[in-house]
Amino acid sequence: MLRKKSATTSVRRLSASLPLGQADGLDRRTFLRNSGVSAVAAGLMSGPLVTRRASAQNAQAPEPPQLKKTVCPYCAVGCSLWAEVENGVWIGQEPAFESPVNMGTHCAKGAAAREQAIGERRLKYPTKLVGGQWVRVSWEEAIEEIGDRLLSIREEMGPESVYWLGSAKFSNEMAYLCRKFAALWGTNNVDHQARICHSTTVSGVANMYGYGAMTNSFNDIHNAKSIFLLGGNPAEAHPVSMLHLLRAKENGAKLIVVDPRFTRTARHAHEYVRIRPGTDVAFMWGVLHHILENGWEDQEYLGRRVFGFDEVRREVQNYPPDVVEEITGIAAEQVERVARIISENRPGTLIWCMGLTQSHIGNSKTRAASTIQLALGNIGKVGGGANIFRGHDNVQGATDLGLMCHSLPAYYGLTEDAWRHWCRVWDLDYEWVKGRFASQDLMEGQGMPVSRWFDGVLEPAENIDQPNPVRGMIFWGHAPNSQTRNPDLVKGLNTLDTLVVIDPHPTLTAVLHDRTDGVYLLPATTTMEYSGSVTNSQRAVQWREKVVDPIFDAKNDYEIAYLLARKLGFADELFKHIGIEDGEPVAEDITREFNRGTWTIGYTGQSPERLKRHMANQDKFDTTTIRGVGPVEGEFYGLPWPSWGRPEMGHPGTHILYNTDLPVAEGGLPFRARWGVEHEGQNLLAEGSYTRGSELTDGYPEFTYAMLYKLGWNRELTEREQLIIAAIAAERFEHDMFDISEVAAKERLDEILASVRRPSGDVEQVPRSRSGQRKAAAATEIYERFDPEESGEDEEDSGSRDQQGSGGQDTGTADFGGGGERSAENELEGDFVDRLMKVNWKTDLSGGIQRVAIAHGCAPFGNGKARTVVWNFPDPVPVHREPLYTPRRDLVERYRTYDDRRDYRLPVLYWSIQQVDYTGEFPMSLTSGRLVEFEGGGDETRSNKWLAEFQQQMFAEVNPQDAVAAGVSNGEFIWVLTPEGSRVRVAALVTPRVGPGTVFMPFHFGGVYQGKNLADRYPPGTVPYVLGEACNTVSTYGYDVVTFMQESKATLCRIEKA
Amino acid sequence: MARMKFLCDAERCIECNACSTVCKNEHQVPWGMLRRRVVTLNDGDPEERSIAISCMHCTDAPCIAVCPVSCIYQTDTGIVLHDKDLCIGCGYCFYACPFGAPQFPKATNFGSRGDMDKCTFCAGGPEADNSEEEYLKYGRNRIAEGKLPLCAEVCSTRALLAGDGAIVADIYKERVVKRGYGSGAWGWSTAYYGPLMGE
Repeated sequence: MLRKKSATTSVRRLSASLPLGQADGLDRRTFLRNSGVSAVAAGLMSGPLVTRRASAQNAQAPEPPQLKKTVCPYCAVGCSLWAEVENGVWIGQEPAFESPVNMGTHCAKGAAAREQAIGERRLKYPTKLVGGQWVRVSWEEAIEEIGDRLLSIREEMGPESVYWLGSAKFSNEMAYLCRKFAALWGTNNVDHQARICHSTTVSGVANMYGYGAMTNSFNDIHNAKSIFLLGGNPAEAHPVSMLHLLRAKENGAKLIVVDPRFTRTARHAHEYVRIRPGTDVAFMWGVLHHILENGWEDQEYLGRRVFGFDEVRREVQNYPPDVVEEITGIAAEQVERVARIISENRPGTLIWCMGLTQSHIGNSKTRAASTIQLALGNIGKVGGGANIFRGHDNVQGATDLGLMCHSLPAYYGLTEDAWRHWCRVWDLDYEWVKGRFASQDLMEGQGMPVSRWFDGVLEPAENIDQPNPVRGMIFWGHAPNSQTRNPDLVKGLNTLDTLVVIDPHPTLTAVLHDRTDGVYLLPATTTMEYSGSVTNSQRAVQWREKVVDPIFDAKNDYEIAYLLARKLGFADELFKHIGIEDGEPVAEDITREFNRGTWTIGYTGQSPERLKRHMANQDKFDTTTIRGVGPVEGEFYGLPWPSWGRPEMGHPGTHILYNTDLPVAEGGLPFRARWGVEHEGQNLLAEGSYTRGSELTDGYPEFTYAMLYKLGWNRELTEREQLIIAAIAAERFEHDMFDISEVAAKERLDEILASVRRPSGDVEQVPRSRSGQRKAAAATEIYERFDPEESGEDEEDSGSRDQQGSGGQDTGTADFGGGGERSAENELEGDFVDRLMKVNWKTDLSGGIQRVAIAHGCAPFGNGKARTVVWNFPDPVPVHREPLYTPRRDLVERYRTYDDRRDYRLPVLYWSIQQVDYTGEFPMSLTSGRLVEFEGGGDETRSNKWLAEFQQQMFAEVNPQDAVAAGVSNGEFIWVLTPEGSRVRVAALVTPRVGPGTVFMPFHFGGVYQGKNLADRYPPGTVPYVLGEACNTVSTYGYDVVTFMQESKATLCRIEKA
Repeated sequence: MARMKFLCDAERCIECNACSTVCKNEHQVPWGMLRRRVVTLNDGDPEERSIAISCMHCTDAPCIAVCPVSCIYQTDTGIVLHDKDLCIGCGYCFYACPFGAPQFPKATNFGSRGDMDKCTFCAGGPEADNSEEEYLKYGRNRIAEGKLPLCAEVCSTRALLAGDGAIVADIYKERVVKRGYGSGAWGWSTAYYGPLMGE
């Protein structure tokens, strides 16, 4: 490649004084239209351009630029890009045409990724607030002071009073590390953005299919014949996914977009459905009503693979066409047409985003959508699927790695068994970890979700189920304006003892409060300044290469975690098996550590070596099937989880979940047998449906050692695998067993067995239990129904409170070594045998149970039915409930919300809010959404000059009819006011994009608060280029009944001319 | 000899602004200047269409015809470039251009508006290819590096095509044939259910 000169090592300066948020035009693109005639910036080629590649005088022989491949740090599509680095400076970016995900393409954000890593508005050095002034401090001083403050909170109030708010921007390694960090600090008050973007998806879908994730891939959408898009606007939120959607459309797929707003995606739809905010369940049941009425459902599929559909049939009867039209505002003919399109064009994909999830009945909405796909037989099919587009670049990975207040990594939950499992992986004494917590109850109880952390500060202590309110808050890569109820959040910030922001930018957190002390800002690098893996929406794991060293005085997240852990006194435990090089934890070691523990979701096969091989061979993958050739023969791109077993097993990853057309070893799967084997006398296992090549040709429960034993397959375990299984049962697992030789394993196994052998003579005195007798019969009949009375070894948790009791584990006495052939004098202790039999595919650290199951063509997680009745949720079958702040008071009585409740350590309001009628003062609906140039709270993207220029003005979209009524014309400022008493001053964008009575605002702005500009509160040199009112200043109360997802898409408002 | 062309497929453009942004990032185009922009017509209306616009490197470029100092010229592959050392910033080219391509660094009238700047098809200017002088005045010369304009290379939906006009036309032709309906480039009838599916 030709390069003309060496790079400068100086960071570019933008000398022009930039217009901050005062563009006079108010149409989104006005400045674009004007730019040809009214260019405003300073010296064209004399300024910034010069600095980019101005010659470095000291350069002798110009070195060719190095190329580093990284993954775009914005959305969950996961686009690769090439970074050109010269003399340690990132000088340019080139398309990665070979990436099967983006094939070289980007949206505005990806196109400006370089600026994120070199941007001059970043936070440059550790800073603290002293008497209202920002003061630069050294890293040592900052860590020392923060540590002392947190330790004193711990001392006085307990570990639960510090909240560790992590980030979906973390690499998988950092997400895992952060979760472990909080665990060793001794709290479950840890969370990240998934709570407020797709938590209802994860819990809803996991409770139906088994896993809470996108089932197919962006690439597989090419095969869809219809695309049913609800509450999503990929043209702005996931622009590169449109590469795949439009390809499907040009292949003949029909595109349906359902949204209160005629989005940029809707413009490409064959059918645009304008829905009243919050009425998605009614709409979907209306669609299903037509499907069932016409017999369009896939009855064979439902019979073999789905549980509880009759209850759905009954519920759907309550949503005939006229009722649906009344609730949703959608014409009955259109609902019927939608039903016809998706029925006649199968396989079809159903895509949803935050329009569905962010609701107080979000879990019901995601389940209704998942139910439609089951009815049509679209799940587990090429071209089908519930394709949930996740938000941030690694929100899928951070969720998978347990950066949540209700689970340990890989959805193991918080039970004692889950803790014991992770303590084995961490090589830490369970009792020591328990001692870090205030109590075992708190250790096993859900923490407080990010959506309500400030309620954890503000609620009176007696209202909170933990010893004391939150007093220390760490925002580690999280914006405050992505959470609703900002006025309450501000009070929370003001009430804290200590507020720490760890971020490449000061973020709105640094300026939103009225504090004068006790605030620390630590400059973190972007994720492009360190390496690690990242999981995109389609569960594909990609390895990011570090592009450049941290700029300014920033440090990467791993190093900051290390510094803090050292100060807080648990670095040795946190990094017990993680190497530290030059003061920085080694990313690959962290990957290998979670590879060893994440059996539930198959993050075990994705070793750093395999991931790097995929990145180096991106061009070897087909762009539709994502299957590789050559060095990655037969593997799916990014080893989409589950990639079962240990890495050396070479599982190719699972491109399409629940696809029975492939053997499990090649990426096939049935539905997961997650809820036991029967419910109220009905079979929960699949009937006559199984993956290709399965030796068990009907449903079967989850694999346990007992099941292997019954099938006689336990003989196929290697000595190492047997040793690890026995050691776990005997609670004698040691870390060196992971890679022990076969010979040594045999010795150790004998040792363990000797220690648990029953003293001779004891045998006769121990009466055999019922299950023991059954075991003695050594029945290998696997259809026999296992006793559900025994609870599982560890209760995996899928996003929130999940299934109660999985059943499915057999118990009882048996001999170790197979087949019940050992004689009585070799009998092992009953307790040990019980525990041995319960070691299962999730807790077996050897991977042996998974390996053997897969060798026989079986799925480790069993072969169950998807369930359409989630009996452990408040609404087992989804029902429509009006938003808490609804404009339709006439519907409240019939579609009332829940009674007030308690959960996640906090009280939560429903009926006490809904019962009040606010429609007199606030007659309009308010909804929110995204813009393509910005992401999340926008602190990063509004500080990126290439992006900021394209969106300089916060606005509210108002229908022309409403604008006339309010006497407002396009571009004028208005106040948007909401029932909880707050208001924002924004520009009116008068457009038919929203229907009459609906107001839309984007949520990426911040830095102006209820009319007051906060620019002077930022540390010098860090003010984002664009400031604006945060939409969430006026968003209102409302939380999903299962996950505490915030309600941000349906509330009430009024507009007034400003 | 190939003739270089841009074509924006309005049935695919989603107004993601990748083209405009990457252009600024690549050539360090200052705030307020846009060599490429996305224009949306009928914003928020069912007939909404977006299209990316820049210098179209016209075959018979009006800017060349009107430039009083003849600083604008066309390369043998049809790329329209100009010489900033000769440019007097008069703005005639701006008035002549049907696409609003010429940009000026200062928002004042006559003389003081500065040298014209516009899309170079990522082909630099009259200076030696990949020389520092060329880079400082016109940005990067990707054509000389054997690459295509970056805006088209990164277009999220492959709406924006750039390159040899014959090949661009073939790609586009194939799409229109595949879509199988009359209005092709604009496809006015497709936003709502009806003609396409209701037959």
